[in-house]
Amino acid sequence: MASPMRIRAKAQGDVADVRVLMAHEMESGQRKGSDGKLVPAWFIQTVEAKHNGKTVMTAQWGPAVSKNPYLQFKVKGAKAGDKVAITWTDNKGESRTDEAAIA
Amino acid sequence: MSINRRDVLKASGGAAVYSALASMGFFAANPAMASAYKKEWFETRSIADTLKAMGVPAAANSADVSITSPDIAENGAVVPVGVTSKIAKTEMIAVMVEKNPAMMAGFYEFTPNADADISMRVKMGQSSDVYALVKADGKFFMAKKEVKVTLGGCGG
Repeated sequence: MASPMRIRAKAQGDVADVRVLMAHEMESGQRKGSDGKLVPAWFIQTVEAKHNGKTVMTAQWGPAVSKNPYLQFKVKGAKAGDKVAITWTDNKGESRTDEAAIA
Repeated sequence: MSINRRDVLKASGGAAVYSALASMGFFAANPAMASAYKKEWFETRSIADTLKAMGVPAAANSADVSITSPDIAENGAVVPVGVTSKIAKTEMIAVMVEKNPAMMAGFYEFTPNADADISMRVKMGQSSDVYALVKADGKFFMAKKEVKVTLGGCGG
């Protein structure tokens, strides 16, 4: 299926700085392919971020998000060793979850 | 008792339906947080229409909402945009690119366990104002920043 996300989570005092790079085409539906026809929209619609199993942030995205989306956010009350899990779901219903430990 | 073909097909049919439902998000892991995709918010063509679709009565300009982005973006396909809100009890940040056909780039909803501080990369078709809308404690605030784009990023 899809390639794994790259998640880097670093504890900075009481807060963890989390950077995620997701692998996804993020087709806006506006682009014409090499055959001259519009490439259908295919993009991540929802993202959920969990810290030790509890949701801390959710996001909804539209087709204007860049290909191979990058997301950076901060989790409060996090320390090294805690788990951060990111789940994305796209407009075709595909979904992917990856997890990383906070460094 | 021997397993016949009919039973095997019935069982695998059930599994197929389950996985189809699961991939459609039927078994949402966290129903409390997982709100339905706000399709209407992503179909608007102007800032005013987007605010209307979101049910925002008015948004005051606020210096406590800061947008970090390049003044000039070389590549409109990948424009980094960061938004930080210093307003207490920020629950939502939305990023909008005014001149894009798909204006709402995305929005974030925070629990008290996440800072109101995000960074993302957006596609910009042309030079445009980038707006950040913040919902904090039931009230709305906005900030905007102009980003010039030398090469449009919508594949046109």
